[in-house]
Amino acid sequence: MSAQLKWKFVFILLVLLACIFGVIGLPNFPTSPTVLKENLANRIHLGLDLKGGSHLVLQVQLQEAIGQHCDETVDELTKQLHAKNIPFGEIRRVDDTHILVRDVDPSSSSSFRDLVNSQFTDWTMALAAGEANGYELTMKQSVIADIRQTTMNQTLETITRRINALGLTEPTIAFTGRSDDEILVQLPGVGDPTAAKEVIRAGGQLQLVRVVEGPFTSEAEALAQHGGILPPGTVIVPGRSDSAGPSQTTGTVYYILDKVPVVTGQDLRNADSSPSTDNPGSYEVNFKLSTAAAGKFGAFTEQQAAIGGRMAVVLDRQVYEAAVIKSRIEDSGRITGSFSQESAQDLALVLRAGALPASIKYLEERTVGPSLGADSIREGVRASVGSLIVVMIFLVIYYRLSGVNAVVALVLNLVILVAFMAYVGAVLTLPGIAGVILTIGMGVDSNVLVFERIREELRSGKVAAPAVETGFDRAFLTIIDTHVTTVVSAIFLFLFGTGPVRGFAVTLVIGLIANVFTSIYVSRAIFDYHLSKMDRQAVLSI
Amino acid sequence: MEFFRGVNVNWMGWTKYFVALSLFLLAVGWFSVYRTVVVKHGTMYGIDFRGGTLVYVRFAGPPPIDQLRKGLQQAGLANSTIQGISDTQSVGSKNDIVIGLEQSQTDESLDAGKQKILDVLRSTFGGGVSGKPDFNSATPADLAADLTRKDPLLLGTNVGDRYTQLANRLTAARDSDHSGIVTSFDQLKNVDGATPPVLTALSNDYSLSNFAIRDADIVGPRVGSQLRRQALFATLYALGGMLVYIALRFEWVYGAAAVIAVFHDVLITLGFFSLFHYEISLTVIAALLTLVGYSMNDTIVIFDRVRENLRLMKREPFPAIVNKSINQTLSRTILTSGLTFLTVLVLYMLGGEVLRAFSFAMVVGVVVGTYSSFGIAAPIVVVWNKYHGGQGTAVRAGSAAEKRVMAAARR
Repeated sequence: MSAQLKWKFVFILLVLLACIFGVIGLPNFPTSPTVLKENLANRIHLGLDLKGGSHLVLQVQLQEAIGQHCDETVDELTKQLHAKNIPFGEIRRVDDTHILVRDVDPSSSSSFRDLVNSQFTDWTMALAAGEANGYELTMKQSVIADIRQTTMNQTLETITRRINALGLTEPTIAFTGRSDDEILVQLPGVGDPTAAKEVIRAGGQLQLVRVVEGPFTSEAEALAQHGGILPPGTVIVPGRSDSAGPSQTTGTVYYILDKVPVVTGQDLRNADSSPSTDNPGSYEVNFKLSTAAAGKFGAFTEQQAAIGGRMAVVLDRQVYEAAVIKSRIEDSGRITGSFSQESAQDLALVLRAGALPASIKYLEERTVGPSLGADSIREGVRASVGSLIVVMIFLVIYYRLSGVNAVVALVLNLVILVAFMAYVGAVLTLPGIAGVILTIGMGVDSNVLVFERIREELRSGKVAAPAVETGFDRAFLTIIDTHVTTVVSAIFLFLFGTGPVRGFAVTLVIGLIANVFTSIYVSRAIFDYHLSKMDRQAVLSI
Repeated sequence: MEFFRGVNVNWMGWTKYFVALSLFLLAVGWFSVYRTVVVKHGTMYGIDFRGGTLVYVRFAGPPPIDQLRKGLQQAGLANSTIQGISDTQSVGSKNDIVIGLEQSQTDESLDAGKQKILDVLRSTFGGGVSGKPDFNSATPADLAADLTRKDPLLLGTNVGDRYTQLANRLTAARDSDHSGIVTSFDQLKNVDGATPPVLTALSNDYSLSNFAIRDADIVGPRVGSQLRRQALFATLYALGGMLVYIALRFEWVYGAAAVIAVFHDVLITLGFFSLFHYEISLTVIAALLTLVGYSMNDTIVIFDRVRENLRLMKREPFPAIVNKSINQTLSRTILTSGLTFLTVLVLYMLGGEVLRAFSFAMVVGVVVGTYSSFGIAAPIVVVWNKYHGGQGTAVRAGSAAEKRVMAAARR
């Protein structure tokens, strides 16, 4: 055997060892069968369809965030116009991205335009059609795109914090890439995602606000108290019927609250749950404020305590509780109510993780139970082994000793495939196992191409060695050609598919690429070794 | 051993029979599609593309369908569908059913339908004693917490993670050995660590339902239409990519012939799908795209040989050259297709219900894809050659491709 051939085999052996090590050797060197099994389980990442778990796709309602920016601008513009003494008739939000200002005093029109151009650079201004002295502000496209992206990023972060706080194993939280407002959440091992879905979707917006008046049984009643219009700087907010204490009636009640809150969820430093002290059997949520907020809160509560004022705890725009402030509170507070242990824990978790900038709608939900996962693994492995055996038997019968060569190449192909997936951390799904089986079927094609060519060359009169050489040379390009088309298809599949389908594309592509190596390099090396031991004129077993 | 030695078939002479066969298969298949889609107002789309809710339930014994139907009707789900699963290979699956709901048109939450189905199942088949959670749907974490509290092994403060591991083993046994449904706690007595006190503690705290949810899929309308669009684009792009690749390697007429052949394969496969009542899901699209790539293989191998023979057999008529090329590569073609066919056939038979539609598409596709190379693609090139005269259509004289072929031949 020539030196070159020897080095070829050393190389192949190293590749084989690296592969085996990659699959069962990490992270702990296997000293016993249990460690070996653990490593295997660790290295081969199973997809949800094999492990069991939940797959959720949610849509972030980005229009809300855009609309909110519009509302904030309307408020700010109103304030500025008053401050600069620019008279105007009406300022109105037309839709999420358009604001109409009517009847701007003609003599102040230049100061109005200066104001908008300097302070409200997110908007482009134009004269409103059909309105004398009217202006229409349109939100710039770049700003809209910016808001969309920021909201998505913030939502992703908040959801990630919440899910991590739930302590689930190896969740996946990412943009789906299919649409710019969708997020994918995968929770392995979670057969029933109902609880997780509630935590993910909870708004989590907390506000502590001064109560002006209430509770009223209807909005109309609340307005009637003030002659039909709200006092400036206030807003009507619905609340639960027991927010003012145990009540006889059910249904929503309404409060008039300050618009601007004293404390918001962003001022929280921490939140947790504990058994309720005044309502044994139920739970409450305690929170701590940051130092900056604590000062503001302390002053507020001291002032309110002196006049017996009330404060409302508003969660996701609903009054949870409106209670009299008895004394100065510095940096801690609590939210009582008929919480169960689980709902108190969940609320504390949501408060800690922060509020969602926009609400969420679920678009897709798939849950695979663990028993189906176990069955799928078993059936997939059974089919793989079955097809491998069928192919092996055929190869040995049809190509005799060269068939054994092909079998060795095939087995090495599969080993490299599995090892590569382990090293790269690729996920194995049930279609992925089908991809392995297809690799077996299609991979054999390469060997067949070479062997058939060798047979042709032998028939045309060549002896073993040159026949083998010509066989490999001529077949090389065709092997590449045939693999390229399937790989290109698989790449499109990978780009378009999700989860399981991607798993299929990945195993197929890796398998076929590895196949080029094994069917050409390795098979050739085995042939060369065999030829070196053979007589020059001897018949090749093919 | 060798098949196909010295084959000499006049493939191009059989073109009209191949085309007739193709037309027949297309007609049969697409008549079935017409019947399903137009006449019966049905659809071939699976839930991935159509949207809706599917809940797969396994029962411990034969599924009590009438009871279930009544319960669903009472819950306001009168238009739900209940179907059995026709997988004869897997032992437990004769007791499986699928409950299907069309996608809801209202604005209610995505999983409203699934929750209603679960409620009906639990109230009708819950397993008797109220208040106790169901062991068959308990997670390892729940079991571990419960066992730690009860401490039937009297471990005291030495618990560590022994109960967590025991819970894992119990759920693994339930899922792997008993298909997710344990009908009596005795069935678990062989689990390592499941001593009688453990089993007693479990039976005190848990009830046993006689069903288990295997899978639940809910696809909203938006996702369904997105996926339909993406599937279409992916297929069109893949076909376009192939066309360009082959046009570069050979000539554009070869590319067109190959693409037409692949199109023909996909259409026949879809027709068969309808005939055998399979639904088109995401994995089926994966199979179709794979077939697109695979069908190109045989076509390329034949075209490769045609190009080589064009140089060697300059004086022979084109159809004869094509025939010779096919005959020369026949051995390889039949072997490869045969082996791939065998492997996907094994997959179809042993691979389980989830992959059934996928493997069916592959089985049909491999056969059709192979035959379309010499039945459709090659004839197209021959016909084109006849009406545009002359040889040398494989490689343009002076082109880069010709230079490469010449260089390869010289080696």
